[in-house]
Amino acid sequence: MTAPAPPQTPAEARRLVTAFLADHDPRGGDDLEFLRARFDAGLARVSWPHGLGGLGASSALDGPVDDAFAAAGAPDNRPHSNIIGLGMAAPTLLAFGTPDQQHRWLRPLWTHEDVWCQLFSEPGAGSDLAAVATSAVRDGDDWVVNGQKVWTSLAHESRWALLVARTDPKAPKHRGLTYFVCDMDAPGVDVRPLRQITGETEFNEVFLDDVRVPDDQRIGEVGAGWRVTQGTLMNERVAIGGATPPREGGPIGTLAQHWREHPEDRTAGLHDEVLRLWVDAEALRLTSARLTQQLLAGQPGPEGSGAKLAYASLAQRTSAAELGVLGGEALRYDDWTARRPVVGDLAERTPGFRFLRAKANSIEGGTSEVLRNIIAERVLGLPGEPRADRDTPWEDLPR
Amino acid sequence: MSLTAETPTTTSQDHVEGTSLPDLLYSDVEEDLRSSVRALVTARSPWSDVLARTEAEERVDVDLWARLGRDLGVLGLPVAEDRGGAGASWREVAVVAEELGRAVAAVPFLGSAVMATAVLDRIGATDLLEGLAEGAVTAALLIPFGQLAGNTWRSTCTRDGDTVSGTVRSVADARVADVLLVPTQDGALVQVAVDQEQVTRTPVVSLDETRPLVDIVLDRAAAELVAADASSAVEHATVVGAAVLASEQLGVAEWCLQATVGYLQDRRQFGRTLASYQALRHRCADLWVQVTQARAVARYAAACAAEDSPDLPVAASLAQALCSDVAVHAAEECLQLHGGIGFTWENPVHLYLKRATSSALALGSPHAHRSKLGRLVNLPAPLPEELP
Repeated sequence: MTAPAPPQTPAEARRLVTAFLADHDPRGGDDLEFLRARFDAGLARVSWPHGLGGLGASSALDGPVDDAFAAAGAPDNRPHSNIIGLGMAAPTLLAFGTPDQQHRWLRPLWTHEDVWCQLFSEPGAGSDLAAVATSAVRDGDDWVVNGQKVWTSLAHESRWALLVARTDPKAPKHRGLTYFVCDMDAPGVDVRPLRQITGETEFNEVFLDDVRVPDDQRIGEVGAGWRVTQGTLMNERVAIGGATPPREGGPIGTLAQHWREHPEDRTAGLHDEVLRLWVDAEALRLTSARLTQQLLAGQPGPEGSGAKLAYASLAQRTSAAELGVLGGEALRYDDWTARRPVVGDLAERTPGFRFLRAKANSIEGGTSEVLRNIIAERVLGLPGEPRADRDTPWEDLPR
Repeated sequence: MSLTAETPTTTSQDHVEGTSLPDLLYSDVEEDLRSSVRALVTARSPWSDVLARTEAEERVDVDLWARLGRDLGVLGLPVAEDRGGAGASWREVAVVAEELGRAVAAVPFLGSAVMATAVLDRIGATDLLEGLAEGAVTAALLIPFGQLAGNTWRSTCTRDGDTVSGTVRSVADARVADVLLVPTQDGALVQVAVDQEQVTRTPVVSLDETRPLVDIVLDRAAAELVAADASSAVEHATVVGAAVLASEQLGVAEWCLQATVGYLQDRRQFGRTLASYQALRHRCADLWVQVTQARAVARYAAACAAEDSPDLPVAASLAQALCSDVAVHAAEECLQLHGGIGFTWENPVHLYLKRATSSALALGSPHAHRSKLGRLVNLPAPLPEELP
């Protein structure tokens, strides 16, 4: 059977959604069956390949398709509670997985039957991710994994994990890594909550103690783990291509509204800071909108790497200004208990929470310092730092 | 080259679908226009010539100015074809401004092809407009260059019959103007030919000699009425000027970033290129992020001017607040990262620092534009403090 031609425009994509909805009642009651049917029709993400939830269309059409389903009141796959799965695991499986692996994992991932997490960072390997020490040793058809991972969001809810481990300690560090999918229910996987400065336990530590990973869960060749990891990390960036939020759509809106409603909290010094933040927020919004337009026009630009850098700084300055505007009221905090976070409750928490949480924005998903290196080296073409660790066997590096 | 009003090929409606924002990209027509302007200024206005001209008798590059009109036909871009223009829009004008900024070209583009053109087009003064669009006539709007764009200013020039009198300090792009467009105290706009004894133009030693200022005294100068009620047209022209100036500032910032990156790759100290030092690379990365933002807000301002959007005053002040700071910062970083050579007269960096600094103050400082934004988007200043 010849695959149908992929849609070329948002209008064509919306027509496919309309045709699908004629046969599948979006309010029929069985959300999972609806989502599975949507996947099987190639309308999960139209940019994915035929037979794997997509139609081989441009990624610019994924947003319009999601919007069309949402407009029809269809159930969604709760994308915000499977960010690693959709944003990182799926593209990695599509780029590096075998057909068997793709058919095994992609459908339940997209329908939210399986949540995914990422076992990358370690206490001794943060920005220098290629230094990971977790070992994987071949034993028959399995690999036996030992080590400690950290900063693992969603580990406590996940069925599967992306895992990078060292399979050859005698090779230089980038060449001795192998990439696996780890079953989070396997014996020897121990997930412990990690408490953070907000009081919450958003992340986890994961201890791996003689965990057996079958070789058919290896992604890519033995020793090629760094190349696969690089592929995963390329997808770890600010989500782009979606609808542009309205003016004052983010944290600046909370600040601006308070400024308007509470003349008694205004000071001359804060006034210029609020105006500067308003300018910077609007500039970032327009920059992101321009980036989206570039993607839709098929001219992807490198501006995405700058967007996260600018976002982190803006979020930190905006939340700090919010404390200043509130003055004495900001001395009060809402809840220090060690609880799991509620997705999307940022605006309901106290300003102190936003101030503290924003401190992670310049660390998580690549520190601002690493992002500046990436921009300097990949966008501006400036040389990298002179380094001594490229050709030395990993086991001989000072640690 | 010829420019037509046809819709650029790469900007179909699909690109902006799902957002209420205009197209912020450059069309193929705009990229062609950029190439033409860049080729001309590269050939006719290298920085060494720009530098030499800052101390020459004739500060304005009248040859380049003539070629922009005669050879490229880019002086009447926003004017409809039946008014003698190219039937393009302020978006294309902004692209020209970007390239002229990149070259710190000493031509009265902002004054004549942007602000004077905008006010005449708004009023519908077609005779004069045709001359400007062809490049046969150069005009300047008689406002102090530092004046905040918008409706915050009232002229002190007075009309008496067919004459006008008054003094206006620090006027840009009037040095080689044939015609002065004079807003008057009663809200009118009159045109004054400069070739009469009653008009005195005194050159000012200017912070930026690539856009030299003049003081102008009108002493019962013969004047012809353009429009009796021109207040809103003058206001509009200054806002359009601010919007287009942002693209010129973008061009300045882009040159500074490019020059800095190039220099860091050449210059060696301690046995390494400067580019191999992370502290310096990070400064370039931050600058690049700022330039991407300047490009987005400058494009938005140009698009709002082209569409005569109700958001134009916000877009223009936003663009001025951001692009002013970005251009000055880019020039400052460029100087600092060049080290001592960047502080010498024989290096082009100071031309860009002076252009960036004077442009930031022109048509309102970034501080003034932020204050204006506070009024436009309802983020008001604190109430006067009450004594206990």
